Amino acid sequence: MKALQKLFDSVKPNFEKGGKWEKFYTLYEGHRTIAFAPDILTKNKGTQIKDAVDLKRVMITVVIAMIPALLFGMWNVGHQHFISVGEEATLINKIIIGSIAVVPVLIVSYAVGLLTEFIFCVIRNHPISEGYLVTGMLIALVMPPTIPLWQVAMATIFAVVIGKEAFGGTGMNILNVALTARAFLYFAYPGQISGDNVWVYLGGKETVDAFSGATVLSYGPTAMANGTNMLAEIGGHWYDGMFSFMNMFIGAIPGSIGETSVLMCLIGAAILIGTGVGSWKIILSVFGGAYFMGVVFNLVGGNPYMDFPAHYHLVAGGLAFGAVFMATDPVSASQTEVGKWIYGFLIGLLTVLIRVVNPAYPEGIMLAILFMNVFAPLIDYYVVDANKKRRLKRATV
Amino acid sequence: MSKTIKLKKGFDINLAGKPEKKISEIPLSEIFAVKPTDFSHMSRPKLLVKEGDTVKAGTPILYDKMSEEIRYCAPVSGEVAEIKRGEKRKLLEIKILADKEVVFEKFKSYNTSELSGLSKEDALAQMKAGGVWPNVLQRPFGVVANPEDKPKAIFISAFDTNPLAPDVAYQLGDKERFFQAGLDVLKKFTDGKIHLNIDGQAEVAQVFSQAEGVELNKFTGAHPAGNVGVQIHHLDPINKGDIAWTVTPYGVAQIGQLFAEGKYDASKLVAVTGSEISTPGYVKTYSGAMLGNLSGDLSSNLRFISGNPLTGENCGKNGYLGYYHNQMTVIPEGDYEEFLGWLKPSTTKLSFHKALGLLSFLNKKKEYTVDTNTHGEERPFVVSGAFEEVLPMDILPTYLFKAIIAEDYDEMEALGIFELVEEDVALCEFIDPSKNDLQEILREGIELIKNS
Repeated sequence: MKALQKLFDSVKPNFEKGGKWEKFYTLYEGHRTIAFAPDILTKNKGTQIKDAVDLKRVMITVVIAMIPALLFGMWNVGHQHFISVGEEATLINKIIIGSIAVVPVLIVSYAVGLLTEFIFCVIRNHPISEGYLVTGMLIALVMPPTIPLWQVAMATIFAVVIGKEAFGGTGMNILNVALTARAFLYFAYPGQISGDNVWVYLGGKETVDAFSGATVLSYGPTAMANGTNMLAEIGGHWYDGMFSFMNMFIGAIPGSIGETSVLMCLIGAAILIGTGVGSWKIILSVFGGAYFMGVVFNLVGGNPYMDFPAHYHLVAGGLAFGAVFMATDPVSASQTEVGKWIYGFLIGLLTVLIRVVNPAYPEGIMLAILFMNVFAPLIDYYVVDANKKRRLKRATV
Repeated sequence: MSKTIKLKKGFDINLAGKPEKKISEIPLSEIFAVKPTDFSHMSRPKLLVKEGDTVKAGTPILYDKMSEEIRYCAPVSGEVAEIKRGEKRKLLEIKILADKEVVFEKFKSYNTSELSGLSKEDALAQMKAGGVWPNVLQRPFGVVANPEDKPKAIFISAFDTNPLAPDVAYQLGDKERFFQAGLDVLKKFTDGKIHLNIDGQAEVAQVFSQAEGVELNKFTGAHPAGNVGVQIHHLDPINKGDIAWTVTPYGVAQIGQLFAEGKYDASKLVAVTGSEISTPGYVKTYSGAMLGNLSGDLSSNLRFISGNPLTGENCGKNGYLGYYHNQMTVIPEGDYEEFLGWLKPSTTKLSFHKALGLLSFLNKKKEYTVDTNTHGEERPFVVSGAFEEVLPMDILPTYLFKAIIAEDYDEMEALGIFELVEEDVALCEFIDPSKNDLQEILREGIELIKNS
């Protein structure tokens, strides 16, 4: 490692003040601090010792928590591919096909995102932040496997520039950056990110006869239109047992790359909660809110979608992925402890509300989280205000 | 009514090098120093001595132009060896070359019955002249108290929960017998109560359990349960316009001694702590002693801290012990790069957090050696909810810090800046993954409010 240190030392003068690349100092520093934890000392006044944690470690913990969802997603893309074209395939084959679809998305997301970030850091001369480690992975995981790569690049640039850097960079954004990317595509190029034909990677092959690539949520409007029971509709899927509760929980269903498996999201949740990095309050209350709204609809009844059992809502679509990895983003979420309960609960509630009441948007979690991102500061405002009022009240007694 | 308060939040930083209850003999330092910078409020320090003057222990050498009657006195007798100034002639240190045998300035002494008859005015005059007044600190702001004020109560924390903390009662040493006299004097300054707050988890020394004229409150919990600011918050919180005073037990005893024996005795048992000290324990010396003299010979690349590792100050081997410090700490400097240090799992790095690979939470009994590396660079606030877990007060620290950074006076007041001083947020600063200098930020906020 001495050699690497020496290499950094030898190029350092070029990046320092007066050096020929002095403008790019932040890039030098960013790379060196990834290779080596820096030799910064505590100040003469203030705490003389500091905790071993830093933001890089917090962020990498989130990335690790997403790995199960990513790996499962790769397998599942392959799995969906082979059942749709009616071929038998081994585990290895499924993973290979999955990788062919997924890895380029991941590479584009990271490469374009980091490049955009680097350009901003150089122009504005602020340190390269580790936030994009998480965002890059998230963007890839919420894309359909068939997404055109140029759209991934566009969305990433939009999200980093408008979603984050325009607000001042890491820690300052109002909206979840990865969801900003997805929302951009959703409204700019809906054809490639919604409908029934984007969730299964076919790779140019012919499908089996009865094939439909619809997700479970698009059965809701169909059931309503036909006036049939929704469970019966999804039970009649061309591939036997596709939308059984168990299969939806495991996640071997069509959908965005990383969102399908509730099981893998829960493994991620266990990592986030165990390490204290993600807020268990938010995760729990998103599920709680969704279940609550589902039960309310069940009680009210009235149309087939409203009768869709509440617990099915928890395993359908991207609810689990959103709850575990998106809603818990500490920057765009509520930052007070009481606020986190309210914030999460409303996300869950809104998700199911959007799903059932507005069939034009088959999946509600993305918009629910973005909507609550906007309202999180308002929730916090009232929680903070209550704290101030308690203090004032104390003074007058 | 005495109260028992159980605090659930907080974190004990378990470091190697805790002081044993043993006093080592060391030769007395040759040079002692008074540092005007120890008194954060002091805006215009004025000297009363010049280089070459001889002083006794208790001879006034310094005062603040803003409150001229409060005298800051020499801790030892000897000759003023050097007056050290920094940029813009800022007064940094007044160094005194100590006599072999310390001679004391004579003040009036009182026996117990005389003391109870003593008027507040006479008591005040002697305290101001006798060098002990700076022991009395004021909340809000944590500055030396204004003698004209009438505090609503006086708070004394009789235990220390900081990392490597000394035993407060043991540290009183032979000053223990003056503790009650000190309380009797302080009682004259308030119509309210004197709260003496003791550790509910440990055996309490007689000097505290048998103190008279006080409310004895018990606190249990992890650090910062021993911080007087936290205790005030739970007993009788500071609101806008309130004034309370705080004194350490050492300060109380020193005040008592001034009246009982008629001398300003700045001798103290200093805890010498830290992982680099071979036998951590106590040494007897005077306020302002040279740190390198107390620690004995040590290898290089170490940090010499006056105070504890959370709130102390890096003074260097040739620096001097601060007025308010009864402890010095020596830990290794952390000036090294570590390959993938942000990623590698570790059982030897201490952390409050449990993020990937930080395993110190598995072994809470282990004593950790921690150096001065920051383990990361400064970043904006990202993680939420962590500060709240280590501040056992109904205060939202992140919002308060943001209000200070934005210089929003109304918000700072509403969010409770009157209740905090630096030491109360030191633990937040330690655990902050974004490595912000929270104590410095808080002090800036306090200065803004104080001068508004």
